[in-house]
Amino acid sequence: MIPELGHFALILALAVALVQALIPGMGLLRRRADWMAVAKPAALLQFILVLAAYGILTYSFIIHDFSVLYVANTSNSELPLIYRLSGVWGAHEGSLLLWVLILSSWTAILALFSKHYPIDMGAGVISVLGFISIGFLLFSLFTSNPFIRHFPAPIDGADLNPLLQDPVMAIHPPMLYMGYVGFAVPFAFAIVALVQGKLDAAWARWVRPWALTAWVCLTGGITLGSWWAYYELGWGGWWFWDPVENASFMPWLTGTALIHSLAVTEKRHALRNWTVLLAIISFSLSLLGTFLVRSGVLTSVHAFASDPTRGVFILAFLGLVVGISLSLFAFRAWQLRTLTPFSLISREMALLANSVLLLITMLTVLLGTLYPLILEALGGGKISVGPPYFSRVFIPLMIPVVFLVAVGSLLRWREDHLIKVIKQLRTPAVLSVVFASVLLLLLPGKVSFVAWFALLLTFWVINSCFVQLQQRLRHSQSLMQGLRRTPRGWYGMILAHVGLGFTVAGIALSSVYSQEQDVHMVKGDARILGEYRFELVGVERITGPNYQADMGTIRIDKNGKELMTLHPEKRIYNVRKNIMTEAAIHSNLMRDLYVSLGEQRNINTGAWSVRLYYKPFILWIWLGGFVMVLGGLLAVTDKRYRLQVKQEKIKLDTHHVTAS
Amino acid sequence: MSQPVEDQPQSLQEQRPKRWVYILPLGLFTILMVFFFFGLGLNPQLIPSPLIGQPTPAFSLPKLSNPDELIHHTDLKGDVSLLNIWATWCVSCRQEHPVLMKIAQSKEIPIYGLYYKDAPAEGVIWLQKYGNPYRENAVDEDGKVGIEWGAYGTPETFLIDQKGIIRYKHVGPISWNDWESTLLPLISSLKE
Repeated sequence: MIPELGHFALILALAVALVQALIPGMGLLRRRADWMAVAKPAALLQFILVLAAYGILTYSFIIHDFSVLYVANTSNSELPLIYRLSGVWGAHEGSLLLWVLILSSWTAILALFSKHYPIDMGAGVISVLGFISIGFLLFSLFTSNPFIRHFPAPIDGADLNPLLQDPVMAIHPPMLYMGYVGFAVPFAFAIVALVQGKLDAAWARWVRPWALTAWVCLTGGITLGSWWAYYELGWGGWWFWDPVENASFMPWLTGTALIHSLAVTEKRHALRNWTVLLAIISFSLSLLGTFLVRSGVLTSVHAFASDPTRGVFILAFLGLVVGISLSLFAFRAWQLRTLTPFSLISREMALLANSVLLLITMLTVLLGTLYPLILEALGGGKISVGPPYFSRVFIPLMIPVVFLVAVGSLLRWREDHLIKVIKQLRTPAVLSVVFASVLLLLLPGKVSFVAWFALLLTFWVINSCFVQLQQRLRHSQSLMQGLRRTPRGWYGMILAHVGLGFTVAGIALSSVYSQEQDVHMVKGDARILGEYRFELVGVERITGPNYQADMGTIRIDKNGKELMTLHPEKRIYNVRKNIMTEAAIHSNLMRDLYVSLGEQRNINTGAWSVRLYYKPFILWIWLGGFVMVLGGLLAVTDKRYRLQVKQEKIKLDTHHVTAS
Repeated sequence: MSQPVEDQPQSLQEQRPKRWVYILPLGLFTILMVFFFFGLGLNPQLIPSPLIGQPTPAFSLPKLSNPDELIHHTDLKGDVSLLNIWATWCVSCRQEHPVLMKIAQSKEIPIYGLYYKDAPAEGVIWLQKYGNPYRENAVDEDGKVGIEWGAYGTPETFLIDQKGIIRYKHVGPISWNDWESTLLPLISSLKE
């Protein structure tokens, strides 16, 4: 009975979504304030209904209701509670419901804030989000209903994919989805702006916090996902250019371009159409990501669920949403052209250049992801381009991006002088060369140009941040006063740029200086890697809550002193019989020691294959990601958004009276 | 500062993008959608290989272990065997690899590898590192033989009977479950 209630709540949510999309939408076109007023209650009601459906599905997981097909397929009576809760989004149907839940949450939050926007803007945005919700609710109800029952109920469930039985994997998908779905809000704002033919600095200020929040979630989600791949897949790699990873990376690239372009639109009223286009593209890529993952068009490690009928549905939906938005762009953006001039040497130009580079990077990633598909559609065989293509095109595009990050934030708006900028950047440039060279010489291992160049870029970005700080404090009386007066958004930007520097350094140093050995070891064997000696003390059989495992004990010595003991595991999960490698990792800022246990090679001698990795500075990759997230959070909470929201309200209340 | 600038030089009028530029994104997207549509129709999981029930396509390729020696399609005859298409750049192959190792250890069936579009030196190192489940590997560096086998991607695995007839094709990584529930029963019935 209870699962049926969930199903019913979902149907009601669809009905409410129809109201939410159509009535305020019509109200916007007919300029009827009473119709527009429906937007807020409808958005809140839809959220409550979707939340109820989601809660009921969670409840079915908690009480092990295996008569629900989805629960039977993705859970098991042995599954610990935390993975029953995260198991709700462990496969297609549930993750789709999560998608809808997050969309309706964003919409509800927006509805609660809607008094800060003009009534037509708020109603329009909620209406557009309602249309998106209709699409996903239809998708959920007709192709992927999580509440379908089957009788007789099986005695036990088929269990959650063991790859997903991991704490990080429990939070990675919701975070990534919050980012994906978060871009729906700037998208909706862009559509309303195109429909109304009205796009001003206030518009950009409303959109910025939403775009930033989505970007923060996406950055966090990608960082967690990469970290998960690193320690869970047991191969020591952290990014595979897998189609599903690319699917999350592409909206990140254009989302990054979007938050920067929005700054230009707000501050300088320029690049308006470019901003609108980036908002449309970012959300389209989020939909494309959903399509790629869910349709099975591309086979990949991550595509746990795939079904072509679902693919056709998402493809149609994608075509409709993106087709309509780009048509709107094609015919309306023309009328929104701006004439805000800026010179070749200006902050606008640097930001534009970087967002163009980010868009090109996105297109090359898109090409690499889809090329196999396109070739296949043209009658060629199915091929995979693999990481060599991506590293060859990605790195050359990223070098100017990182270079411009430092230059752009020092340039003045509208017009600046090249000579002045060169003078400002002379000291940081020299210092970058010195720091990079010194650090490189301090590092053990051979001198590598790649490592040097990456360090140079990192210091270039970080040093330029100091120059900016110095510039900012130039006119203030005291250091403390200057620091206090500086808005949070500025600190956020600095932090995010420093984070980027960390990531660049982490990627380069870990890939240049990593050492690895794949060896057969018997008890008592030892291997040397860098300054570390790894000794296999033994392997024993242990029993976990829902798996059996061989657990190795590996002692690591440095300079003859015992440093630590690591316990990598080879698990066999009871239900699905999947074999999982649980690597044991010891991390610090200087290096990771990474041990994973392979197969038992010889039962008589007790030889095991063991992989040993020494990865210097790899932690900085994810540290950089988290620093970027922190920077984004600081920027979102900048008080100017709150203050100006209030001013806006006063202005718009009067505007509203005249409009209606 | 945040006020729009009023004094707009006339020359900038010409710098504004032309109208067709605004239609460009829509055009590109339309082309993409057409490819997606056909892409879905060609879903690799759904296409039964036309080669099932047919003799294996002929090939003579250098061995990975010794490039001076050749391996021929006829070498596969006599035993029920698996032919696995793989490469070191293929992430799914890594996922599949432990399962292949277990299959090899079970000694149920010999596994041949078709080493697809990859440099031989890398493959040799890879197998040394992670273990070698293959009886022999044929190096298909330019991927021509892979195309004759109708390979859609890596990994793909063919089940071949004693007479060299292809009996089954598995697309994507083999899981232990696939092995136990599909491949092993098929192999047992072929061996009878």
